Amino acid sequence: MKSLILHTATRLMIGVLVLFSLFLFFRGHDEPGGGFIGGLVGAGAFTLYAIAFGTEATRKVLRIHPITLIAYGLLSLVVSGLIPMFMAEPFLTGKWLFIEWGAFDTKLSTPLLFDIGVYLCVVGFIVTVIFSLEEE
Amino acid sequence: MNGLLVLPVAIPLITATLALLFRKSSQLQRWIGVLGMVALLGAVLVLFRDVHNDGIQVLQLGNWAAPFGITLVADMLAMLMLGISAIMGVIIGIYSIFDIDRERERFGYYPLLHILIMGVNGSFLTGDIFNLYVWFEVMLIASFTLLALGNSKNQLQGALKYVFINLFSSLIFLFGVALLYGMTGTLNMADLAVRLPQVENTGLVTTVAMIFLVSFGIKSAIFPLFFWLPASYHTPPVAISAIFGGLLTKVGVYALIRVFTLLFTDASVHNDYLHHILLWVGGFTMVIGVLGAASHMEFRKILSFHIVSQIGYMIMGLAFNTAMGLMGAIFYVLHNILAKSNLFLISGIAQRLLGTFELKKMGGLYKHYPFLAVLFLISAFALAGFPPLSGFWAKLSLVKAGLSLELYVITGVAILVGLLTLFSMTKIWLTAFWGTVPEEVPGHFGKLPLFGAGKLYILVIPVMIIAGMIILVGLNAQPFLELCMTAAEQLLDTSVYIEAVLGPQ
Repeated sequence: MKSLILHTATRLMIGVLVLFSLFLFFRGHDEPGGGFIGGLVGAGAFTLYAIAFGTEATRKVLRIHPITLIAYGLLSLVVSGLIPMFMAEPFLTGKWLFIEWGAFDTKLSTPLLFDIGVYLCVVGFIVTVIFSLEEE
Repeated sequence: MNGLLVLPVAIPLITATLALLFRKSSQLQRWIGVLGMVALLGAVLVLFRDVHNDGIQVLQLGNWAAPFGITLVADMLAMLMLGISAIMGVIIGIYSIFDIDRERERFGYYPLLHILIMGVNGSFLTGDIFNLYVWFEVMLIASFTLLALGNSKNQLQGALKYVFINLFSSLIFLFGVALLYGMTGTLNMADLAVRLPQVENTGLVTTVAMIFLVSFGIKSAIFPLFFWLPASYHTPPVAISAIFGGLLTKVGVYALIRVFTLLFTDASVHNDYLHHILLWVGGFTMVIGVLGAASHMEFRKILSFHIVSQIGYMIMGLAFNTAMGLMGAIFYVLHNILAKSNLFLISGIAQRLLGTFELKKMGGLYKHYPFLAVLFLISAFALAGFPPLSGFWAKLSLVKAGLSLELYVITGVAILVGLLTLFSMTKIWLTAFWGTVPEEVPGHFGKLPLFGAGKLYILVIPVMIIAGMIILVGLNAQPFLELCMTAAEQLLDTSVYIEAVLGPQ
């Protein structure tokens, strides 16, 4: 779509949208949010870009093919499920790793890995759908 | 706790992921596909040994204790079904190498096939009624895409009918689950089995039982809810038809067997007409299906109607509600998956040779491909129930169960339907195999060998494997019947299942 307003606004908005989607994603750990909703907002950013600049440009921005994104998402899900199995616990048991840096204590966990997988799957899926609809 | 219990679900998921990652290369996808299925079969065999030696195996996913988390339960019935699903997986994996075109491979045929198998296996393993719904959805989404993949007009027509009717069935299923949860406050099937007999409003329990009968009835294509099946199963490529016709409808039958032996038993449903309804439904399904098959002249349509007819036998075995009846039903499911899928696969080879599925335009297969004719004969006779093939033992145990309950009419119907099945199979035999070579045949007919150039052997070898299994099961039926008997006894004694999941009561 050729519209100066949309082009300018999209350039400004896309960064904010991606940041917001990441914010929602990490917030989802203890509060409303998470991989699914974060992924939707993230996909929204790329959808907006696709409407403004076309799918070719969006593919360049995205760098990875959306279906590959789904594949990596699935891989992340599978790995998060399998990690506890190597510790002789049932599939999908939550495993935690606490790292103390002093100022920023970090909690890493298999649920986080699972959520990253959900995020990637949602972004990949929505973008695939939008691309195929736009290119029809 | 048996951590391996997740493998029948996890392995197809891993395989699908890898196939998706390497989707650019058909060669790699095919190898990943076959290897994934073989790995699945191996895992199922290991689990089978555990269940056979130590009884029902349970896994609480994510370490959340039952009845709060999702439980995976493997009893003998689930293991037998998983075994046959893994075997079919390997067979279809090999058959697909030649049968599926590049275009479909590029659009994700292999990932979808494995996701479908994951859904099927998940349905067999789950011990949670809502989780069962989720697995049904996984299966439905994958199967919808597999049906529609290729985009031809009649495929889309078939797929639309399929998806609408199945979504409707899922919706009804969800209503049933909601009512169950409202009545008992739990979704874990073992916990439900404990609490349902305590529900005072027995009318509502019966209602829910009927809701489940309709929902699973649509999925397994029983009378009068079968109409969608013959309208859609003959449209996709043969490999997909075979796995749908062989495996998918049986998931519905499995769900029926599970809920009507674990949840809606005599203890929770206080009236005896439940099994009468099942008996009537089974009888009508048998007769209507076989009559439908008799009236058609398209190879795969005949087979599709026979799926419906055979489902009737399984429902009849379930309706008997005795160890013998259930054993017959379970054995019938296993035998039928083998025989039916094999017939579909053979129809695919015949179509490749003659260029059509229309019986009127087929002929001469016996003259030019006698070996293929033998393979067809084995599967067709097994389906009709000829001794000494697998179908004979399946029908014999059902007839015996019926006679011991003094239900002579339905037993007579079952035998008669067997004869009519033979009639349909003879129809295919007389036209496609014995008939004269039609005038318009593809140039390669009669010249292309089954083994050698043209790579037809990739299609023939899976068919040979199944035919071999049909003969093996037929000639050596005793151990298989004993396994089915173990499964039936576990189904009838629900306390074992409940104790395995919830611990000693």
